[in-house]
Parts: sequence; C-alpha cells; structure tokens
Amino acid sequence: MVDMKGTQLIHEYLRHNKKFPHVFCAGCGHGIVLGSLIRAIHGLGLSKDEVCVVAGIGCSGRLAAYVDFNTVHTTHGRALTFATGIKMAKPGMHVIVVMGDGDSMAIGGNHLIHAARRNIGVTALILNNNIYGMTGGQCSPTTPSGSFSMTTPMGQMEQSFDCVELCSAAKANYVARGTVFHVKKLDQMIMDGISNPGFGVVEILTPCHTQYGRKNKYRTPVDMYKMLKKDVIDIERYNKLSEAEKAKKTPSGVFVQKDEPGLEEKFYEMAANCQGGA
Amino acid sequence: MARPRKKRNKEIFALGNEAVVEGALLAGCTFYGGYPITPSSEIMEIMAQRLPLIPNGSFVQMEDEIAGLGSVIGASLAGRKAMTATSGPGFSLMQEHLGYGCITETPLVIVNVMRGGPSTGLPTSPAQGDVQQARWGTHGDHSIIVLSASNVQECLDNTIEAFNLAEKYRTPVILLIDEITAHTREKIIIPNPDEFEVFNRIVPTMPPEWYKPYEETVRGVPPMPSIGSGYRFHVTGLTHDTNGFPTSRPDEVRELNERLFRKIDQFLHDVQLVDEVDTEDADVVVIAYGTVARSAELAVKQARDLGVKAGLLKLSTLFPYPRKATERVMAKAHTLVVPEMNMGQMSREVKRVNNGQVSVRTINKVDGQIITPAEILKVLTRV
Ligand SMILES: Cc1ncc(C[n+]2csc(CCOP(=O)(O)OP(=O)(O)O)c2C)c(N)n1
Ligand code: SF4
Repeated sequence: MVDMKGTQLIHEYLRHNKKFPHVFCAGCGHGIVLGSLIRAIHGLGLSKDEVCVVAGIGCSGRLAAYVDFNTVHTTHGRALTFATGIKMAKPGMHVIVVMGDGDSMAIGGNHLIHAARRNIGVTALILNNNIYGMTGGQCSPTTPSGSFSMTTPMGQMEQSFDCVELCSAAKANYVARGTVFHVKKLDQMIMDGISNPGFGVVEILTPCHTQYGRKNKYRTPVDMYKMLKKDVIDIERYNKLSEAEKAKKTPSGVFVQKDEPGLEEKFYEMAANCQGGA
Repeated sequence: MARPRKKRNKEIFALGNEAVVEGALLAGCTFYGGYPITPSSEIMEIMAQRLPLIPNGSFVQMEDEIAGLGSVIGASLAGRKAMTATSGPGFSLMQEHLGYGCITETPLVIVNVMRGGPSTGLPTSPAQGDVQQARWGTHGDHSIIVLSASNVQECLDNTIEAFNLAEKYRTPVILLIDEITAHTREKIIIPNPDEFEVFNRIVPTMPPEWYKPYEETVRGVPPMPSIGSGYRFHVTGLTHDTNGFPTSRPDEVRELNERLFRKIDQFLHDVQLVDEVDTEDADVVVIAYGTVARSAELAVKQARDLGVKAGLLKLSTLFPYPRKATERVMAKAHTLVVPEMNMGQMSREVKRVNNGQVSVRTINKVDGQIITPAEILKVLTRV
C-alpha cells in the first residue's frame, strides 16, 4: 500500500463524484471520526471492496455517503439490523456501523443489546454527542442528568445510559470508549474493534457545540474539546481516583476484549456440519 | 397456477406454510430473517431447519419484525434472495422498512399470513384485513406488487412468482395469504427445477467507474450489483440522484419517483396474474382472492347447475389492481359480486374500476369465519 499521510490519505478514500461540501457544522466531531475510520481501515490494509459502512439516521448517519466503500444509509435506529443481514450474507466483509447516541440507544436500543448478545461480527461506532443533533437539540438517552436541551428546558430529570456498561452487560466481544480529542488512541480502538471477532463497540465522545454546547455553557467548539481533554481520562488513571473524584471524570480505554467467534462464524460451521451429512 | 408448466413432479402432502417454504427454496431463496407470529410461524420454523442444509443458506431469528425486515434488506443488498414472513401486527411494524425497500429498489419477499385484527385481534382466525395495508401501509407514494394464494399449491407457485417479480422489477413483493390456506394440509405437486422459470436480478456488466446505480434503463429497472462485488455505491432511503446521493432538486426528485411507478406500471401484463372460471358468457361474475376464491369457485359451479350464468375472476395479483381483466368481464356481465373477509377493501378497487357501469354487490364478513359457498350462492341466485 502506498505510504500516505494526513489529508492526502483522507482524499484517497473520499468519493470524487459526491457533491461537497459536507453537511457537518464547522467544529463538529463527526468529521474527525471519519478521518479516524479511514486511517483505521488503511492501517489494517483492507481493500475498499472488503469494507461495508452502514449508517443510521442523524448527523452521524450522513458520514457514510462521503467514503468510497460499499455504503448503506439505513433507517433511524435500525442500522444494526441491516448490518446483521449483510454480515450473514457476506461473512468475509468488514461491516462497520456508524450510529448516533439517539440512533443507537433510544430508537435502536433493542437492536444494540441484541446485536451484542448475538455477537454478530460487526463493528459499531457510536458517535455520542449527548444530544439529537440533526433534529435540533432534543435530549437523548445519554444527555447527562441536569443538563439542558430543547426538550429538557428545565434540565434533564431522567438518568442517562452508560454505553460501555450497557454493551458490556449485553455481552459484546469488544467494548471501548474513546474521544475525538484523543485521536491516536481512537484510531487504534477502531482498528482493534474491526479486527476483533464478534460484536465490537467503540463509543466515541464527540462534541456538538451547535446543539448541546450552546445550551450547556460550551459555546464554541474549542470549549467542548477542552472539556474532553480535561474530563476524559484513561481507565487505569480513573481506577486510582477516589469516588468523589470519579464522579467528575469519564474513563476511556478498552473495557472488554474477548475472542468469542461471531454468530456468522458459528452459523456457517454448523451449516457445514449439517451439509457434511454427519 | 399463473404460468403454465409442462410436466409435474413429486407429490407431497403439505401445509400452506410449508408450501411457501418449498416455493421460496425452489426460487433460490438463501436468507430468512424474521420474528415468529401466529399463524405464520411454521414458515420461519421450517426455514430454520432447511436453510443450513443448502449451500450459502443462512437464517437469523431477529429481535422483532423491524429487525427481521432490516436483515432481509441487508442480505438482499449483499446479493441474496431473501424473505421474511409475518402476520398483521408484525406487518405493521415492517412498514417503514417496506418503504425503504421500495425507494432503494431492493428485491425481497414478505409473506403476510393474515389473521383477524385490528391490533392483536384474533391470532388463529382468518381474515383479509391487511389488503389496503399491503398497498398503502408505508408512507409516501410508491408502486408495489401484492400477490395472494387461495390454496396450498398456489402458496408454492405464487411464492416462486413473488421472488421472480421481486428480482425482475427490483422491488419488495408481498404475498398475502390467510390463516385457512396457511393451515390447510393438502396434496401439492413440487415441480422439477427445469420446469419453471427462475428469474435472477440483472447485474451490471460495465466497468465499475461507469456504473450509475440509479440510471434509467429501457425497462426502468437499473442493474443491481451486490455489496462487495467491486461496484461501490451509496444506498440511501433519502430521495437520491442517479448516483445514489441524496438530492432535493425537483427534476431529480420527480425523475426518481416517476420511474419507481413506471418500472412496474409499464409491465402490467406481466405483473397482473388472474384466473378465470366460466367468465366467457357470465352475467354475474364473482371477483375473489385467497381462501374465499375457493368458496366462490364452488358457488359458481352450483349456480351454473341451477341455471345461473355465473363466473369467477380469481385474483392472484391484488396490486397493481388488475383493471384490464375486470373491464373484460364487465363488458358482458351485469353484476359483479365481491366476497371478502373484511369490510370491503378490494371491492373499493372494483368499484373504482367499475365507476358505476354495472351493479356491484359485496359480501363482507368480519367474525373470524370463512365465507361459505352457500353464502355466495345465495347472492348469485338472487341477482
Ligand atoms: C422513525 C424516525 N423517528 C424520528 C426520526 C427523526 N430523527 C432524525 S435524526 C434523529 C436524532 C439523531 O440524533 P443522534 O442519533 O444522537 O445523532 P446525531 O444527529 O446527534 O449525530 C431523529 C429523532 C426519524 N428519522 N425516523
Ligand atoms: S448539529 Fe451537532 S452533530 Fe450535527 S453536524 Fe452540527 S455539530 Fe455536528
């Protein structure tokens, strides 16, 4: 593979026939995820035809259209169901699913826990900006208690989901949390998620200053990236903190890593046995 | 039933639901994704046993019907012939994905074994209450192909037909059967593979750089590569241009929407399957589908014995509604009789085509019971 760096590498994977500019706000973290995804795929040496990117609906869902892979922009919350069909049909393909926090944990919550339980061999990138970006800033299942949104004008009263705990409990093979501020680590997590068998989840903390920031005292993108830098720390460091200190921080890193075979692997092995007439 | 066949082969004694599975496998189905619901569950259970036995066959029990149809669309985009089966409540859940299948032009088959409704309704009683849901249940304007079957043999034959039409026109095809046919066991004939046509989707032959996934063709149906075959393109439920990218330019929006109708509507002769019994000289013609068509066939025979010139127009295609065939029988008959296990979902179409020219009598029953030949005969002898 040609040795390329930076934007030269990114351009290699963008679609030349797609109408640019893209839909993301300036300063949105979703574009950084796109860069990370491309570097991870390039780093693994995968050919474009081996990769299928499946996306849900939301700002995050628009990401798929820009990259030169097999891409499917599905329905709100259901991307994992399409991905399951694709992976069962083409077990050799690397199926990567891009979802928002609302997409994956509200409307798609059921599909998320069952994809994890089923351990289907797809990699889910959950772009968590704590808000519904595309529809104008309503609260999502990860909007922190007390913070403001268009539908929680007096502050969120519900508890929020912890994506890592949710997916770990549902028995996903690989569970990690990264951020768009810590890009090098994020590239590696996406690479590991893709190469791990079974269901992999990378929760990616990514800022939406347009919808979340402006209502919660992070008016500029820079305010939001500073917050990620300050508040998100490695799991090893996090574990050494006192309970009071832990409450103010979010741990990142790899939380679960198992080698269980994916559902598709187990299914075709069973089918081969059946067809062998044993 | 619909397409003539020369020789017939192996005979088996089967349930309607089993015959659907036989038909699907003969048509080349290799993927099933779904969620069980009475009275369709046997289709899923038998698929779970049969698919692992065939090369490339795969099966997943998903967490709900939304997921079931999602997985079917994914598998079809990846090159498989794929299907799911359900009943009313599950069919309602599938509607958003049905529309997605229409706009992305993904071939797939949904079998809906109708039970009494609305809502959870009568799980083990027959009805024909999902006819208009099949036509208009999803949002937006779209064309769609809906077939039905009135006996166990037709469950097999029309499932093959459903797959063929889905592949030929790149569209979801719905097969509506009712609880009685699904759970009737009778002798059917399994044809030899060389005795019927199997249609496979047309794949592009041009170099990938030249390929435009949604470009107009003579038939209006663009060729369809599978995911991972070297043709990389974008699939989206958003209204898209010929490259597959979202657009809201009025000319591009109109072009796509009109082509989606045109690709089916210009081939009505191929899509609209009907059977006629004694219609040539009939004064009164029963228009029926599903199990009710069986009652109607007997009623028509008995009416003939009594000297009434009765005939039957049996619809295997419900949508696009077979207007030509209806007009043909109307040219001679003075009365059309439409018996249905609903409050008049197909008679609405008949009346639309008839437009007041001849008399239309409806027989409607929504008590979870079949319409008997005697009930139809009574009307035939009185008109
Ligand atoms: C069935 C359905 N319900 C609602 C919507 C409207 N909708 C579109 S995007 C979205 C939320 C997106 O938020 P998130 O998933 O967090 O992604 P983000 O835009 O923040 O990246 C909603 C509610 C829809 N498209 N489909
Ligand atoms: S609304 Fe938020 S999530 Fe959407 S593009 Fe803008 S910054 Fe990104």
